[in-house]
Amino acid sequence: MKILIRGGRVIDPASGRDEVGDVFISDGRISGSKGKAERTIDARGLVVAPGLIDLAARLREPGYEYKATLESEMDAAVAGGVTSLACPPDTDPPLDEPGLVDMLRRRSKVLERARVYPIGALTVKLAGERLTEMAELAEAGCVAFSQANAPLADTQVLWRAMQYAGTFGFPVWLRAEDRWLAHGGVAHDGEVATRLGLPGIPAFAETIALGTLLQLVRATGTRVHFCRLSTATGVEMIRAAKKEGLPVSCDVGIHHVHLSEMDLGYYDSHCRLEPPLRSQRDREALAAGLADGTIDCAVSDHTPVDEDQKQMPFAEAEPGATGLELLLPLALKWGAERKLPLATTLARVTCDPARILGVQSGRIDAGARADLVVFDPAQHWRVVPEALKSQGKNTPFLGYELAGRVRTTIVAGNVVYEA
Amino acid sequence: MSSNPQLNANGELQHLLSTEGLPREILLQILDTAESFAGVTEREVKKVPLMRGKSVFNLFFEPSTRTRTTFEIAAKRLSADVINLNVAASSQSKGESLLDTVANLSAMQADVFVVRHASSGAPYLIARHVKPHEHVINAGDGRHAHPTQGLLDLYTIRHYKKDFSRLTVAIVGDVLHSRVARSLIHGLTTLGVPEVRVIGPQTLLPAGAEALGVRVFHDMRAGIKGCDVVVMLRLQNERMNGALLPSAQEFFKHYGLTTDKLALASPDAIVMHPGPMNRGVEIDSPVADGPHSVILPQVTYGIAVRMAVMSIVAGN
Repeated sequence: MKILIRGGRVIDPASGRDEVGDVFISDGRISGSKGKAERTIDARGLVVAPGLIDLAARLREPGYEYKATLESEMDAAVAGGVTSLACPPDTDPPLDEPGLVDMLRRRSKVLERARVYPIGALTVKLAGERLTEMAELAEAGCVAFSQANAPLADTQVLWRAMQYAGTFGFPVWLRAEDRWLAHGGVAHDGEVATRLGLPGIPAFAETIALGTLLQLVRATGTRVHFCRLSTATGVEMIRAAKKEGLPVSCDVGIHHVHLSEMDLGYYDSHCRLEPPLRSQRDREALAAGLADGTIDCAVSDHTPVDEDQKQMPFAEAEPGATGLELLLPLALKWGAERKLPLATTLARVTCDPARILGVQSGRIDAGARADLVVFDPAQHWRVVPEALKSQGKNTPFLGYELAGRVRTTIVAGNVVYEA
Repeated sequence: MSSNPQLNANGELQHLLSTEGLPREILLQILDTAESFAGVTEREVKKVPLMRGKSVFNLFFEPSTRTRTTFEIAAKRLSADVINLNVAASSQSKGESLLDTVANLSAMQADVFVVRHASSGAPYLIARHVKPHEHVINAGDGRHAHPTQGLLDLYTIRHYKKDFSRLTVAIVGDVLHSRVARSLIHGLTTLGVPEVRVIGPQTLLPAGAEALGVRVFHDMRAGIKGCDVVVMLRLQNERMNGALLPSAQEFFKHYGLTTDKLALASPDAIVMHPGPMNRGVEIDSPVADGPHSVILPQVTYGIAVRMAVMSIVAGN
């Protein structure tokens, strides 16, 4: 299919290009020259950008089909302009066997929507005891290895896992959290948790683990991507580690850029997230760190949860928020608040995550994959359950008016979503 | 979510969920109403017909004998029908969700739900889902709040000390896990007590306790000095030997209220305890049974305070 996207504001964050123009797509790629189009998309007044790349989206398959299905979440992805996503291994069973990974890849391929990059489990059943067959899993399609939200407590196993992954050059994606310090906690250990009487997770649960992990990066040389940073001190530590030249990168959940412990209000279980929403000072440091590039990218950390599991007392409610369809508007909101050029804002959800994922997406130039999103940055919409394709309607932004609505999503040169 | 879920559109008490966020006028209204009921409880016929025909459901998701009993007595003295449900042993164990349990009881025509739950915030969830004519009274949720206990503590303090504006109040022991402490602190600060102190080892005080408007002391002798009111908190058995405290004996040595420590407080200090007491752990028997102790009157006032709360919410 040859498609002409005409007259849009074309933004390629990787090169900084930001100008009104046309994009011609041929054979699934962006073409340097224009030919006869079979289809023309009028993008006047709209932004044409690389499709979003989300490094953390739970599709809930296998195992949690009652929360969401691959179909519903792949629909949500393209409706949100997400054309590539990495899914964490915390499915049921976890992605610790090549067969499971293979099935997920094939099932998602058949749907012909976003590209799916599975993250393999670092240890069998994510139990933190035995290493998975990482090389086999990589052959099946895993692009990295992770413990998802089950941080490894045994530092001996952690060290060996990093050594082993490093042997093959596999990156390890880890959330820095000391399992003992976080044990039993459901909210940031601070003023709000004290008032609400919620068991706390101190900020140093993150930074102590981060300190350990950075030492292990020094010892092993293994490339580590830190997932869902949540504290100001954590941002400082990553800044120093990068300055030192360590092979590290990191991301932040888009909710944590906007919300703090204050948003828990009267026990709003939609604000029950992992890691917990922290202080306003932490939130500010995360938003600033994402702007200056200390934090490489923002992710949705998409976690569909059924309403029954949220209609519970705060501590008993299942953590997580739906996010695939909110990543773009929430990234735009962050960029606008910090007065960033649109290209910089979009870089954090396109070319920057592409670099971490090691894929040839996230840019608009001749020969690049035609994974694109056309959106209206000024169109406001209200976040209501009916407006979301995801089976998960769980979001702290329910009822909010957000700007930025996707019009068309293209993956590999095919239109996969149209508003 | 930002508007106060305890108040109705007219700013009146719809539910009692926490003493935090309650205006001074409502706190005083409850204390004054309780005072008017104090006479009832001393009469030979201890009943008033204020809630005749109304149903009070005691919904206890966590076992309790004492609090449930005082709510039951209070409701009966208001002539309400009382239904006691020990939910911990029934529907929850069959997998029914909290909101389904409440919806079912609501279908049986409840007017007031008295709720105790192990999870902080559970009564807020229930209050969001009950019908407009139904009222929720928090009888203790996790470590968050126990507002009727806080109110009966305030009532007791007012009874003995009259004026809140010159008092120094110390709350001693396991503040971290205490819903009683949180409810009392908010009540005291709202009513203008100039100095509220919390005293305990670092392991039993919550992060950022100062943000509650209290002064933090780790040395009991320094903290109790000159206090007009000393509130001792119960130390739960499971917290006595472990990562928070090495032993009950060591706790008692440093934080237990003994006659010699009490001598540092104001000469007419009163000693309170929400019960049940651990003698020899947080409080020594000569103090618990001594002339400064108002621990038993607290229990008596608790009934009048719970009558006040129930009649006020049911009337709004």
